[in-house]
Amino acid sequence: MKLKTDVDSSDATPNLFAPRRRRLFVGKRGIAASSLSTAIVFGLIVSVLFVTPGGATVRYAFFNPHEMWVAWIGNPRIGLLAIRDGIFTNVWMFLVSEVLVLSLGISIAWIRFSQSPVFLPFRLLATLYTDILRGVPTLLVVMIVGYGLPTLNFGFLSHQSPAVYGVIALTLNYSAYVSEVIRAGIFSVPHGQLLAARSLGLTQTSTMRRVILPQAIRTVIPPLLNDFISLQKDTALVSILGAIEVTRAAQIFSATVFNESGLTVAALFFLALTIPMTRYTDRLMARDRARRLASS
Amino acid sequence: MSEVVLELDGVVKRFADNEVLRGVSLKLHRHEVACLIGASGSGKSTLLRCANLLETIDGGSISLFGQPLGDKRIDPDLVRRHIGMVFQSFNLFPHLSVIDNILLGPVYALKRKRADAYDEALALLDRIGLRDRADEYPERLSGGQQQRVAIVRSLAMQPSLLLLDEVTSALDPTLVGEVLDLLTDLAHNGTTMLIATHEMNFARDVAQQIVFLEKGVLVEQGTPDQIFNHPREVATRKFLERVR
Repeated sequence: MKLKTDVDSSDATPNLFAPRRRRLFVGKRGIAASSLSTAIVFGLIVSVLFVTPGGATVRYAFFNPHEMWVAWIGNPRIGLLAIRDGIFTNVWMFLVSEVLVLSLGISIAWIRFSQSPVFLPFRLLATLYTDILRGVPTLLVVMIVGYGLPTLNFGFLSHQSPAVYGVIALTLNYSAYVSEVIRAGIFSVPHGQLLAARSLGLTQTSTMRRVILPQAIRTVIPPLLNDFISLQKDTALVSILGAIEVTRAAQIFSATVFNESGLTVAALFFLALTIPMTRYTDRLMARDRARRLASS
Repeated sequence: MSEVVLELDGVVKRFADNEVLRGVSLKLHRHEVACLIGASGSGKSTLLRCANLLETIDGGSISLFGQPLGDKRIDPDLVRRHIGMVFQSFNLFPHLSVIDNILLGPVYALKRKRADAYDEALALLDRIGLRDRADEYPERLSGGQQQRVAIVRSLAMQPSLLLLDEVTSALDPTLVGEVLDLLTDLAHNGTTMLIATHEMNFARDVAQQIVFLEKGVLVEQGTPDQIFNHPREVATRKFLERVR
């Protein structure tokens, strides 16, 4: 009996050409088609600002070029802070936080992998820490640290600027995430690496430091950068404590001038900050993927 | 007979309900080569890992140079510095260059100065003809080259005993020869080795002692001539028929 799955035994030459309608967008016509569809989609999105009843108001309140410029350079005569002067605060807050987050995150991940019985309380603490700090909204952590530490009235801890409390809060919060990312990286290192290192007589600590962590961190660089992008944005939350940074300056601008274009400027600042990082992360991930495909 | 390096006495190892080693006893003397043969899952790898304290045992005892490794005062890291281990999957460190792979043990486990260990590491690479690849990363080497680097990496620790866990099983057939040649070379130079292998001809050539394991039981042990030419046990005979 002849089955349907049998190989084609006829001598007919198969037709390999795509049907006409699927040949429409090949070559130059493809480029034209993609340009046209892009223009239409983006045009539709922007048109929302023009066809909606409140469109004109929104354009005036959020995208007024003159007000945006004033928000950017400030106006000392009426006591307006310049958004550009707030940039420094955001930048140092996230730079310092990122360094602290990385070291604290690695330490926490390391502690959770330690086996020494002496470390048991620290292991419990580290687990508790990551559970709690991952579960509490960043804004609340900022507020609790920012209002809590001064109230403690405990030496230098209680006499810092809002930006410093912001750094502490962001560090506490993001270290919990980053320690989990690093832990995932540690889990991703093949068990054979541990066996090889231990069988060379390396101690648990040396194995971690020389063999496991270097590989773990390399694999988690893209997710790590993702967390850092998120951290950069979240410096805006510190405005709640009164730190004069970009968002705060923008808020003051809109409260004084009754125009929200300052918020747009602040948003553009954060985009200028995060987009290069996002692109870089994407490129790293693509390279990582290509390398993995090549090696398998 | 010379000094006993490794001695297993009635070693039992379980993973949950699964008894992987059921009372295995064997002795390995200095400058002796013993080959463990048996089907996959017979317990060869587990036995090697137990000897290296990478696994704990559930019964019996293992001693190295007459010192019982079950003693609580034994430092596993010190034990492992005297025992080299080579794995089926090479397990070279991908983030380190070839030379740094070899130097890791001497520098960070033996706390030797990098500059002192460096020349010896180069000499080891010279011996396997890979001196000019010292600064490359392992992924740039062929499987056979990687495995030979892994072997000299464990030699850099100047171990008293080398454990080899099916070191040619993951290799392309054309690359098996270069690795076996290196091991034969080591055997002729008097390196004490315990080798789990599926390469019967190699085992016959280099080993003084052949140990046949089946389902965690040591079925038969003896000289290559006894095991390969005059096996006493039916199980041994059947196994050898299947692999030939």
